[in-house]
Amino acid sequence: METPYPILTTVIFAPIGGGLLLMLLSRKSESLIKWLALLISMATFGLSLPLFTGFDKTTHLMQFQERHAWIPAWNIEYFIGVDGISVLFVLLSTLITILCVLISWHSIKDKIKEFYVALLLIEGSMIGVFCSLDFFLFYLFWEAMLIPMYLLIGVWGGPKRVYAAIKFFLYTLVGSVLMLVGIIVLYRHTGTFNILDLMTRSYPYRLQMILFWAFFAAFAVKVPMFPVHTWLPDAHTEAPTAGSVILAGILIKMGAYGFLRFSLPMFPDAARAMTPVMLGLSVVAIIYGGLICLAQTDLKRLIAYSSVSHMGFVTLGIFALNAQGVEGGILQMLNHGIVTGALFLCVGVIYERTHSREIADYGGLATPLPVYAGFFMVFTLASIGLPGMNGFIGEFLIILGGFAANRVAGVLAATGIIIGAAYMLWLYQRVFFMSVNDKVKALDDMDGREIITLLPLLLLVFWIGVYPNTFLSFMHVSVSHLLDQVHYGASGEMNLAQIFMDLVK
Amino acid sequence: MDYYLLIPFLPLAAFFINILLGRKILGTAAHWVSTLAVFGSMVIAYMSVYDVIHGRIVNADLYTWIISGTQFKVSIGFLIDQLTAVMLVVVTTVSFLVHVYSVGYMHDDPGYYRFFAYLSLFTFSMLMLIMANNLLQLYFGWEAVGLCSYFLIGFWYEKKSAADAGKKAFVVNRFGDFGFGLGVILLFLTLGTLHYVPVFEKVSSIAGQTVTLFGTEVHLVTIMALLLFCGAVGKSAQVPLHVWLPDAMEGPTPVSALIHAATMVTAGVFMVARLNPIFSLSPVAMNVVAITGGITALFAATIALVQNDIKRVVAYSTVSQLGYMLLACGVGAYGAGIFHLYTHAFFKALLFLCAGSVMHAMAGELDMQKMGGLKKYMPVTYWTMVIASLSIAGIPPFAGFFSKDEILWMAFNAGGVGKFVWALGAVAAVLTAFYSFRLIFVTFHGEFRGTEEQKHHLHESPKVMTIPLVILCIGAVAAGWIGIPQLFGDVLGIEHINWYAGFMEPLLGHPEVHASHGVEWGVMGLSVAIGVAGILLAVKFYLRDPGIPRRLAEEHPFIHRVLWNKYYVDELYDLIIVRAAKAVARDIMVGFTDAKIIEGIVNGVPRFIGWTAQQIRKVQSGIVHHYASFMAAGLFLAFALMLIKLWT
Repeated sequence: METPYPILTTVIFAPIGGGLLLMLLSRKSESLIKWLALLISMATFGLSLPLFTGFDKTTHLMQFQERHAWIPAWNIEYFIGVDGISVLFVLLSTLITILCVLISWHSIKDKIKEFYVALLLIEGSMIGVFCSLDFFLFYLFWEAMLIPMYLLIGVWGGPKRVYAAIKFFLYTLVGSVLMLVGIIVLYRHTGTFNILDLMTRSYPYRLQMILFWAFFAAFAVKVPMFPVHTWLPDAHTEAPTAGSVILAGILIKMGAYGFLRFSLPMFPDAARAMTPVMLGLSVVAIIYGGLICLAQTDLKRLIAYSSVSHMGFVTLGIFALNAQGVEGGILQMLNHGIVTGALFLCVGVIYERTHSREIADYGGLATPLPVYAGFFMVFTLASIGLPGMNGFIGEFLIILGGFAANRVAGVLAATGIIIGAAYMLWLYQRVFFMSVNDKVKALDDMDGREIITLLPLLLLVFWIGVYPNTFLSFMHVSVSHLLDQVHYGASGEMNLAQIFMDLVK
Repeated sequence: MDYYLLIPFLPLAAFFINILLGRKILGTAAHWVSTLAVFGSMVIAYMSVYDVIHGRIVNADLYTWIISGTQFKVSIGFLIDQLTAVMLVVVTTVSFLVHVYSVGYMHDDPGYYRFFAYLSLFTFSMLMLIMANNLLQLYFGWEAVGLCSYFLIGFWYEKKSAADAGKKAFVVNRFGDFGFGLGVILLFLTLGTLHYVPVFEKVSSIAGQTVTLFGTEVHLVTIMALLLFCGAVGKSAQVPLHVWLPDAMEGPTPVSALIHAATMVTAGVFMVARLNPIFSLSPVAMNVVAITGGITALFAATIALVQNDIKRVVAYSTVSQLGYMLLACGVGAYGAGIFHLYTHAFFKALLFLCAGSVMHAMAGELDMQKMGGLKKYMPVTYWTMVIASLSIAGIPPFAGFFSKDEILWMAFNAGGVGKFVWALGAVAAVLTAFYSFRLIFVTFHGEFRGTEEQKHHLHESPKVMTIPLVILCIGAVAAGWIGIPQLFGDVLGIEHINWYAGFMEPLLGHPEVHASHGVEWGVMGLSVAIGVAGILLAVKFYLRDPGIPRRLAEEHPFIHRVLWNKYYVDELYDLIIVRAAKAVARDIMVGFTDAKIIEGIVNGVPRFIGWTAQQIRKVQSGIVHHYASFMAAGLFLAFALMLIKLWT
């Protein structure tokens, strides 16, 4: 596809370059820094829009490709491109970063310059992860993202920020190191870092199995899957609002993205053999992550645990290995980014006023803050999968795909919709309903900046809920190709009814 | 012309206008937006009904909602046939009247615009539910009405009991929807579509197919029907998921009339009737439906006998009447079930609005023991409520007689569990008549038992409230006349006197009846006698000899306590579900698995490494003679190894 400028490179390096530019400014010119950060993030979003409008939905091939030799001695290239699985995440990243800049406007008070630099560096490297088609480049972005994120939590976080930041860093690093070993093994085996090339080869079953688990270590921690989820509540709780939003919105999507991009197409035999384990872990995450929310007393911690449950749905859909499951899984990744991102933004709005995350410090908020209550209600309902909103489409397709793949997993996953309603509505009740807590009586409702921050996500909630085909249509061809790879092209999209009738007999 | 699209979308537009502009701009003008929208919707709905009567049935897709892969495709679309037509009449008429009534009832409420916005959203959702042409859109409406119910039950959200009740309604319904959702998925995986017309065409092909479940062979269609029925059990408040409906009375009374009596709660019955080709294939599922309905009808009626909160009495009577409707569906008489749904909407909405009128006069008082003698203060409310009660008691020629008699007659005729559920229904009918008139006598007759201040305040409600009462009263009297039993027609020599049965037959069929006219007269006579007996019993207990109830309660304290506490079902659920889930979450997951096991390992690994490092660090003490001795030891070891090597 001919474009007037190399879109992906621009979108990756605009924020990184912008971040470096901010570094040159004097730390005293605070408002210039903020406005410039906003401008850079908005420009990046604008520059990424041709990905949405110019994307060819009829091919599974990588689009907007750019390919240059980089380190020829080791066969390393600067090779980027997107397909129907990754393109939406690039767009989500560029959108969410704007909102992160906006929500931090007043809440970040010291080291303002460094904060926005870190934010923009994260954005660039996250987009790099989604675009990389060379393993070396991929790993570079994958690890590059860690450092500014670590700083975001460790410098601008809450009281236990250092513990949370180190935990986050070590947890992810241990996983990543195993992936690095896997990448090196692959390179030794094939002599290339080219991801597309690596996908077309077939590997011995034992090697597939070893590599599947090596990559699993990195991706499972990122998702996070049960039982390696315990870094998430701490990281979310302590991170500043923008940090939580980036974490929930984009960063934890990378684990699931890794499964889709690498584990399934490169190690299809291992992936199929490990399906029962993966489905099992997913179901445990859905139920465990949901029930544990009932015992949380901290707003952010509750939403963090709900992420574990929602990401359980995502991995369930992916490892259902059928079109509905995988498309539902990808859509649910987007949905979770939108809804959980929005919920963290909402918590940020109120935290800025009260500096408390304790649910017990609230109550009756709907009376002094009706607009805020309305926004929070919409995102709560989206989170519990109410039809007409985005969460429903994803969860429904996932449970459909999951049920077709494994009846027990489908039924157990469906209990998640009961648990989800219970903890989210109970949370809402404790914060917004009942008699007005004296501590919140005199608070102001949301101002224009805050409304503008949340409005795009609100519109997306309904857009995806009412007309999901805008987004699902990006995925069809790529997902069908992916399933061909997993199922050895037998019949790309397995006939669902057929699978089911086989089970019946 | 696709004018029928306006039926659901007018109220939706009203919702957006009110929620966005209501608080700051519209103020009390909010009711105009919503009321006019629902009025327009009603007029157009009647036009569609006219079309259906003249054989013009609509089935059209608006747009494709979800496509996934190459096989999953579902649209937003509309089906307007006989069943939808009946529902359209019920929903738009009652909704319009409740809107008008609310103008008077809610006039001082600070959340006025919000109330009307939610009512409009509810009307939209309910219309989407009944007009859907596929199961997923039905599910959309299903959840959306549940959401509106949640909003409106918790309308006075600053009251903890109201917020609790809203949440309870939503979560309890989710238990039903869990099954319903799986049923929809199973249906899609089996038949490859969710649109009604192809589903009904294909479904007979799976009759007789079995699956193995827990080691036994079960019919696939039975599982499917039972899963779908779970949804109806939740939404139509059947045992064991009935617990949310009485608590839903925390919402404003017009809401109780519209949502928790006339429309939303009947969605379960509507769904079973709509999916009758699926249910009819499974005798097991049909028996489950009939027995669930029968047991609920009786169970709820017994609780209603002793309650003193006027809205709760009417709420339990709703649960009981919904049981009748499902009982009818279960014996294959879907037409009779829907007929009762239709008549019930009028007399039950009327009962609630009358109760609201009483509360309005009593400044919010709900305990009927503190009322009494209201008859002379509010004659319109009194007489309309008496007529509604005669209707629910099944006294001819009021609407309830025709539908309830039809249900009992169909049950009596059906084979299998028919006679059993007929007996349940007949006993419940005595109780229904009794508790309905207990309510009338205790509230409106005798001496006033409230405070002087309340007595001073007593007044009839304003016209904006009483006119809807009178209109609904006409329905409570005459709505049944479209379904006069053919038995009467035979006597009078009119051939197709039962217009309703003829109208519905192409869609819902009509069970064959083999019994003689004599038997039919007998069963009908018995039904009427039962109703009259219940009323006379209430006269005896509450007008003639008011000491009886207390004496009975004292002589049978156990029974009274069990009924008063609604068989302790709430307490049971609180213990085994709510407390258990919270305890597992707090004590096991947070306290043990996360904190001890996972974090134990996670923090244990670095701690072990740290500990090892600590031990090794001791070696590096910085003291020269330590190093010297290590060096000596090392050298010694090296030499020893060399010697051993040389030696061998």
